[in-house]
Amino acid sequence: MKYLQHVLDHLRKDLRLEWRSRDSINGMLFFSLLVVVVFGLAFDPTSYPTMARQISGGILWVALLFASITALNQSWTREQRNNVLEAQRMAPSPASALFLGKALANMLFVLAVEAVLAPIFIVFFNLHALGNVWLLALILPLGTWALVVNGTFFAALGLRARNRELLLPLLLLPISLPALLAMVQATTGVLTADLDSIQINTWIKQLLGYDIIFTTVCILLFETVLNAE
Amino acid sequence: MTQTAETTRSTPTSSAANADCISLDGVSKIYGTFAALRNVTTSFCTGSSTVILGENGAGKSTLLRIIAGLITPTRGRVTVFSGHPHLERRRIAYMSHSPMLYDELTAIENLNYFSSLHREGGCACVGNPEMALRAVGLDPKLNRPVGQYSQGMRQRTSLARVLQTDPEILLLDEPFSNLDAASACHMVELLADFRTWPVAPVNGVAGARTILLTTHQSVLAEPLADRTLTMRNGQIIDAPDSHPEAAG
Repeated sequence: MKYLQHVLDHLRKDLRLEWRSRDSINGMLFFSLLVVVVFGLAFDPTSYPTMARQISGGILWVALLFASITALNQSWTREQRNNVLEAQRMAPSPASALFLGKALANMLFVLAVEAVLAPIFIVFFNLHALGNVWLLALILPLGTWALVVNGTFFAALGLRARNRELLLPLLLLPISLPALLAMVQATTGVLTADLDSIQINTWIKQLLGYDIIFTTVCILLFETVLNAE
Repeated sequence: MTQTAETTRSTPTSSAANADCISLDGVSKIYGTFAALRNVTTSFCTGSSTVILGENGAGKSTLLRIIAGLITPTRGRVTVFSGHPHLERRRIAYMSHSPMLYDELTAIENLNYFSSLHREGGCACVGNPEMALRAVGLDPKLNRPVGQYSQGMRQRTSLARVLQTDPEILLLDEPFSNLDAASACHMVELLADFRTWPVAPVNGVAGARTILLTTHQSVLAEPLADRTLTMRNGQIIDAPDSHPEAAG
C-alpha cells in the first residue's frame, strides 16, 4: 500500500505540473493534428473509403508515436530543471514508484490527446468501422501503454546524453516495432473487418504480452538508470 | 583523524558526539583527465558542524555529493553510519546551489510532495511543511509558484525542503549564495537551532545532528563551525594560503 501511495504521489505531482504548464499535451495535440490533416490532404480518403480504412490504423499509431516522443522528453526535462532529480534520488521512496507514476501520467496525457484526436480523425478520414469497434477500447490503452512505458524508460536513459532528443526516437522506434505491428494490425482489423475475431484477439494478446514484459523489465532496471552517472 | 590539520573548536555536547558518522578513506573522483577529488581521507564526528572553505573548483561540492551518495568515488571508500551512503539516504539531506524544487508548484506544494516521499521516515517534522516554511521565514500560504520567487526565497524554500525531512546529516552546498546579510544570519541561527533538535534513537542509540557546509563566506559560517576545512585542487589543506599536503 505504501508503494502504491508513492506511485500516486508522483502521478499527482506530474498531473499538477502538466495542468500548470500544459507543455506536453499542447505539443502532442498540435503535432498529431498536423499529421492527420497532412495525411488527410495527401491521400484524399473521402474518395477512397476502402483505402482510408486500410491505412488509417497505421497513420493513427504513427502520429501518436511521434507525438508522444515530444512529450516523453519533456517529462524528464522537468525533473532535471533545478536539479530536482537529485532530490528524487536522495528520497527513500522507491525509484520504480517514480517511474510508474511518470509512465501513468504520460499514459493519461496521450489518452487525452487520443480522445481529442479520434473524432477529428473519423471526420477527416470519413471512417466507418466495419468490425467490432468496442475492441478499440482495449487496443488503444494497451498500445498507448506500450509506447509510454518504453518511452518513459528510454527518455530517462538518455537524460545525461548530450543529444537526448535524438537518442529517444533512435532507441524507442526499433524496440516499439513489435508493439506497433500488433496495434496497427489489430486496429486495421477492426476498421476493415478483414481479420476475424481470433486473429484480432491474437494481436491483442501479443500486445498485452509485450506490455507485461517491457513494464517488468523497465521497473527492474529503472533504479540503475536513475542512479547512473 | 584526517591527513591534514584543521581549525577545530569544542564540539557541542551530545550523547553520540564521539563516534564518526561519516568516514572517507583515500577517496578520489576523476572526470576524464580532471581529478575533482584527490585521495581525501577524513572523517566527521556525529553532532559536529564542519565548514568547508575553498575556491571554485576546489572539490567541495564533489565531496558533499559523494557523501550524499549521488556520485560514486573513482577510488577509495565512503561510509555513512558504517554503511553505503545510498542505503542511509533517509538519514541524510542534501541542499545544493540549485533549489531542487519544481518551478510550477508553490512552496507548500513542493514541500508536501517531498514530505510524501519521506513518509516512512517517522520524524515529527515529516508531514509538517508549514512549520518548516515558517521556520525559514516564508509564508506557507503564499500562492505563487516557486518559479516566480526571488533567488533568496528559493534558497530558503530549499532549506525548508531539507529541514522538514528531519535529517541526522545535513549537507549544505553554498547555502548563503543569493541571500542578503539578514537572511544569511537568520539561516545561521536556524541551523544552530537545528543542531539542538532531538533525534529519534536508532538501535537504542541516541543520535545527534551533523552539519557539513561549504561556503565562500567564512565569516557568515563562523558561528556554526566546530571545525573548518579548506580545500584546494581536490585536496584538503590546512589553511587557505598553504600548499596542498601529500594526501593519505
